[in-house]
Amino acid sequence: MIEIKNITKIYKHDNLETKALKEVSFSIQDGEFVAIIGPSGSGKSTLMHILGCLDVPTSGQYLFEGRDIAKLSDNELADIRRKKIGFVFQTFNLLPRTTVIRNVILPLIYANFPREQREKIAKEALHNAGLEESRFYHLSNQLSGGQMQRVAIARALVNNPSLILADEPTGNLDSKTGDIVLKTFQELNRQGQTIVLITHERYIAERAKRIISLKDGEIIEDVQIAYSQTIKPI
Amino acid sequence: MFLSDLFEETVSAIFANKARTGLTVLGIVIGIGSVVALISIGQGAEADIKSNIQSIGSNLLVVYPGVQGGSRVQISTGRGSAQTLTRDDADVISQEISYIEAVAPEVSTRHQVTAKGTNTNTSVIGTVPEYAEVKNFKITVGSFISEQDVKSASKIAILGPTTAEDLFGEGADPIGRKIKINKIEFTVIGVTESKGGTGFGGSQDDIILVPISSAQKFLSGNNYITDINVQVSDEKYMTVAQEEITTLLLIRHNIADPTLADFSIMNQADILNTMTSVTGTLTIFLGAIAGISLIVGGIGIMNMMLTTVTERTREIGLRKAIGAKNKDISMQFLAEAIMLTFMGGVIGIVVGWVISFGVQKFAGISTNVAGWSVALAFGVSAFIGIVFGYYPARRAASLNPIEALRYE
Repeated sequence: MIEIKNITKIYKHDNLETKALKEVSFSIQDGEFVAIIGPSGSGKSTLMHILGCLDVPTSGQYLFEGRDIAKLSDNELADIRRKKIGFVFQTFNLLPRTTVIRNVILPLIYANFPREQREKIAKEALHNAGLEESRFYHLSNQLSGGQMQRVAIARALVNNPSLILADEPTGNLDSKTGDIVLKTFQELNRQGQTIVLITHERYIAERAKRIISLKDGEIIEDVQIAYSQTIKPI
Repeated sequence: MFLSDLFEETVSAIFANKARTGLTVLGIVIGIGSVVALISIGQGAEADIKSNIQSIGSNLLVVYPGVQGGSRVQISTGRGSAQTLTRDDADVISQEISYIEAVAPEVSTRHQVTAKGTNTNTSVIGTVPEYAEVKNFKITVGSFISEQDVKSASKIAILGPTTAEDLFGEGADPIGRKIKINKIEFTVIGVTESKGGTGFGGSQDDIILVPISSAQKFLSGNNYITDINVQVSDEKYMTVAQEEITTLLLIRHNIADPTLADFSIMNQADILNTMTSVTGTLTIFLGAIAGISLIVGGIGIMNMMLTTVTERTREIGLRKAIGAKNKDISMQFLAEAIMLTFMGGVIGIVVGWVISFGVQKFAGISTNVAGWSVALAFGVSAFIGIVFGYYPARRAASLNPIEALRYE
């Protein structure tokens, strides 16, 4: 599904060039659950932005379902993000003073989804993300962190994306709610959802099926985890 | 993004911060309200002056004795004080000039007038029956001056309603009562209808009309007249008639050089045009002052929108991450600005209207809310929304989604 070939990203700042990614190559198949891990400054955020079509690489090729992303315009990138990618952020990024259901509907609005069906689809996504039905019409700022992150996951799921990109999704949660969120991802992956998770914690990365380790803009490790997470004792 | 979604998003964003929205809208309300109110005052003044000028009579040319300006610097001797016109001039004008409806010469004097125990100082006008038609005078009780009165120089008088009240008190019937003008006794035979307002040359309700012959014989004591009122049959003949009268009187008075003419002609249409241009300037002036407050209101909108964009940077980043195009973002912020000015515009028009009614009712200044001023205010408010919303909207749309998402 995703094929990355020799991607390099260079940031220019006051004539000072920083190489955030150096000739990175890998591919991700449908249904994979990949964790990208690395310390800060390793280039994992840059890689995530490129994978999420928020940014384009300086050189190299990024094929998303066969399309070369590096050559697309801003609007075409927005199209891909809208149809193919669901984002989950560390800080949730829900609209404040807005109901849960409205937050989940938001991507459908930009997709020109028929108004009548939006609520039904949003509720389905919320169920899949594991939020209790009693919370659907609460305002987003009345929820706990774990609940907010599940709303964010539902928002990522609602457009039925090919890929879910989660950037430190447990970073702002305590270990118990973090665990619930990770289980939600595992369950979604079990249903066939492709997920890429970015983290700097090894124990979180180990919940995925494959780990790509980055250091100084280069891949230092790319391993499949031998046993299935669903049977791994917690 | 559907238009209905854009509308919903805009409404919810606007009502998220009611106090700030309210104050921003207030700026536009004051701007639009003052445009509507002040223009209505200017328009009211214009309508007032027009009706005042028209109450003197319509299509009027007034021939005054005295020296015409020409290119020479001259000392004005005051209108009507020179003695160059006679009743014969008036007669000749009415006989020789075409397009003329009526000619009414007048002898205007000011006198102390007494009745039994009361007295007043007012203008006494000696004139002919045509005067009623030319100057739009109507009689409420009694009758007007007749040809016979003029021929026989009878000592009769027609009072203006104010004069009648001053001399005989409110509601009294002055018909048949005696008044003394210049110590000569006149009999009141009629009262004119009130014209209201103040025309030119004082109130037209505070006058006494007597036959012209009587005025010349008993009051002024000579054969000269103060002016000749000429009513032209149609507005389009005003200039032609004015030229013909000039030529005729120059010949009659044996004057070869028109710049030395011993009379001058006032054209009502000219006065109307002059006054209209004065009030037009007034309207523009008032509108411009109000326009400044409208611009200030617009800057308020821009200020609020810029603050909103900064405050909602992360939200913009998120919206972009979930697939909003630059156009979607800029449309959203532009729609907010336009909706703010729209609300301000609607409320402002209502407020302006109420103010203009209030001014008319309590300050006694006549106002006239013109349709075009409402349309103008509305158009300007929409324009301001677009102009002052455009820059913040562009700024929101051009935010880099990655930086926007990281913004603290």
